[in-house]
Amino acid sequence: MRLDSKTAEKFAKAIIWSAALLVIAVLLAVIIYILAKGVPEISWDFLSQIPRSMGRSGGISSTIIGTLLVTLVAVAVATPFGIGTAFYLTEYTREGKITRVIRFSAESLAGIPSIVYGLFGFIFFVIYLKLGWSILSGGLTLAIMILPTIIRTTEEAILAVPYMYREVGFSLGGTRWQTITRAVFPSALPGIANGIILSIGRCVAETAAVILTAGSALQMPESLFSPARTMAVHFYILAREGISMENAFGTAALLIILIFIINVVFNMLVNRFVAKGR
Amino acid sequence: MKNMKEKLSGRIFLAVALSTLSALAVITVFIFIKGLPIIGKVGVLDFVFGMKWAPSEGAFGIFPMIVGSVAVTLGAVIIGVPVALCCSVFLAEFAPVWMRNLFRPAIQLLAGIPSVVYGFWGVIFIVPFIRDYLGGPGLSILAGSVILAIMILPTIISISEVSILALPRYYKEGALALGLTHWQTIRSLLVPAAKSGIVAAVILGIGRAIGETMAVIMVLGNAVALPESILDPVRTLTTNIGIEMGYASGEHQEALFATGVVLFIIIMILNATAQYIVRRKRAR
Amino acid sequence: MKRNVLMERIKIAAVAAVFAASMAALPGCGGRAQAGIIVAGSTSVQPYAEVLAEEFMLEHPGERIDIQGGGSAAGITAAQTGTADIGMSSRELKGSEKELWYVEIAKDGLAVVVNPANPVDGLTLDQVRGIYSKEITDWSEVGGKKSPIHVITREEGSGTRGAFSDLVMQKTGITPKAIVQDSNGAVRQLVSDDPNAIGYISLGLVNEKVKALRLDGVAATRENVMNGCYNLSRPFLFVTQREPSGAAKRFIDFTLSAAGQKILSGEGLIPPAEGDVK
Repeated sequence: MRLDSKTAEKFAKAIIWSAALLVIAVLLAVIIYILAKGVPEISWDFLSQIPRSMGRSGGISSTIIGTLLVTLVAVAVATPFGIGTAFYLTEYTREGKITRVIRFSAESLAGIPSIVYGLFGFIFFVIYLKLGWSILSGGLTLAIMILPTIIRTTEEAILAVPYMYREVGFSLGGTRWQTITRAVFPSALPGIANGIILSIGRCVAETAAVILTAGSALQMPESLFSPARTMAVHFYILAREGISMENAFGTAALLIILIFIINVVFNMLVNRFVAKGR
Repeated sequence: MKNMKEKLSGRIFLAVALSTLSALAVITVFIFIKGLPIIGKVGVLDFVFGMKWAPSEGAFGIFPMIVGSVAVTLGAVIIGVPVALCCSVFLAEFAPVWMRNLFRPAIQLLAGIPSVVYGFWGVIFIVPFIRDYLGGPGLSILAGSVILAIMILPTIISISEVSILALPRYYKEGALALGLTHWQTIRSLLVPAAKSGIVAAVILGIGRAIGETMAVIMVLGNAVALPESILDPVRTLTTNIGIEMGYASGEHQEALFATGVVLFIIIMILNATAQYIVRRKRAR
Repeated sequence: MKRNVLMERIKIAAVAAVFAASMAALPGCGGRAQAGIIVAGSTSVQPYAEVLAEEFMLEHPGERIDIQGGGSAAGITAAQTGTADIGMSSRELKGSEKELWYVEIAKDGLAVVVNPANPVDGLTLDQVRGIYSKEITDWSEVGGKKSPIHVITREEGSGTRGAFSDLVMQKTGITPKAIVQDSNGAVRQLVSDDPNAIGYISLGLVNEKVKALRLDGVAATRENVMNGCYNLSRPFLFVTQREPSGAAKRFIDFTLSAAGQKILSGEGLIPPAEGDVK
């Protein structure tokens, strides 16, 4: 049965639109449920007080700080290394055995379950390096976890920049470094930013690796060497042990709002940068 | 002067790349060192194909978990990839710019939701639905597949969309000028042209699905036995590690690292296949 | 040409060597920069330890206690290696673990629970054993409605499961088809949602959402555990590397004091047997 091209077109469009609507529906279902149940719980007290009585009462201020610090450490460490490695692989070396092995390893590591990173982080950072359960242990573990993602997405973004850009750079007498920073990097920036935001999301959301490395202590962290509980961990413990559903929803709602804000701010910054560059 | 700066920047990039790679190498070496001895002790075939997992009795067979991982991931891919692809095509080709700008942060938001929240949502909505309308305890392969499909959507959509959008305009304009309809253009030109990006996205998505632990611990039921239907509870390689790691010691812990080794090898095979596909395409 | 390649390779090897050397030297740099004590281990004991710590820190401002989960085995290991000052365990110590200093801070009863809508009120231990070994598969076989029994258990290494195995199952194994959940709260949640489920949880966590079964005619209550009629129970232990001193000793003393015990009893735990301090 052969559909003529017009019908095929209509059929295909219908399917594509329904798929998009399905995704929107799921998105709304998940997000609205959490926000509806959780936003009423968010108050100034909730944000400013630390948890009390296993998390039944009090707020979640220590977990907010914990989340921010762990993510900050992870991104601060992983971004330069990840982007640098990606640039090295694409711009400074020729496609050959070594680069293939490297790329292969990076992708393989992207697939390792976060719990295995947590185990490694526990034995390496917490015990061997004697950092103990700390924001540092958690942040460094997460940094290694998001490295492959950043490398991969940065590479894709760089490769998507047409070779023409580089040719123009070189023909104008620029060095490789100048071409990269002024021509390739700005064009690849949206793709790179996308990868970083996905990684930030992963850090904020990570539970298994963080419990084993940053710990689950409820007190407000005093330094990067303090243990800290992130909001994701807090939500998990509250929800699973059934300690306080209200606070669990409040934590989850705050998490979603936080991620939303991070994404918006980052996107705004990127747009400004790209606009300036042009 | 220019030459020195050039050489210096080259050296810096090299140093950066090497540090990154040593970090990644350390993890790999670590997992293998901890996991291989016990595979040797138990025997590769007995470990991989053994049907019984009962560490307290010294039984370390992970086949039921391999079946679990494959089944749940396959389900997630079957449900999720078509939807994600359609959605990325939608975003790249059909959506008005305002919608695209709204959608992108929304997808990033979805990617940021903690897996435990998805798991929790699954426990509240998906599991009872399956239990009441389809039978079984609700905690099942099906529940896991649905939740994983939802979770890998953002990854696949965002990267595929970027790949399609990155295609030069003249691809599309040329095809339309030749008289192809929009759909024909998409199907036979744009999607294949963006294939390497799309394949990369799907592989990343599959990788995430195989590696997911927390969400699926909550909805899979984690039974150690071989599943007989998609409504049966099941355990994956990752949930096996996740559930028992906190308590395991000695040989038990080594066996869990060995499970990590198996996972690693599976991922490597997966990526090798992906790279092979991409390289063949690039060679054309 | 060949010389350049050799130089490149030597340079790469040098960088790698320096990196490896610095990794080996790192353990010297760390060191717990945190004041205060770390209590880590069983997630069953964790919530109670948190409440104790809260009260302790109110009475002794300036003291800092960080409570950490990870599981009984992780807690015992942490105590052994000194990563934590006090380890928490929800099971008896085995083998070489007995060389550590330990004290029982409370007893925790184990209740077998079903959904409140389930007409079954009590079972014999034999029946429970039969259900958990899949010899009995339908509720109608033990006086309930005709429907399949959904068996829920804890994970292999759990102290709770260990107690259940030792006291109820004895030589019989728990069926591999049983659903496994990773916390008391999760088991309780599942049993309260599924009319056909059966599971076992901490007696202290039984609430109106689940029904605790009578076993061999004995009701599962704190009194019955204390007077010995109901003998499903396990010890909560605090474990240290050697005889505790300083802040750790103060906290343990507080836990064993009347004030500390009052808190624990208030949360549903049972006072430890006399003369259990090593």
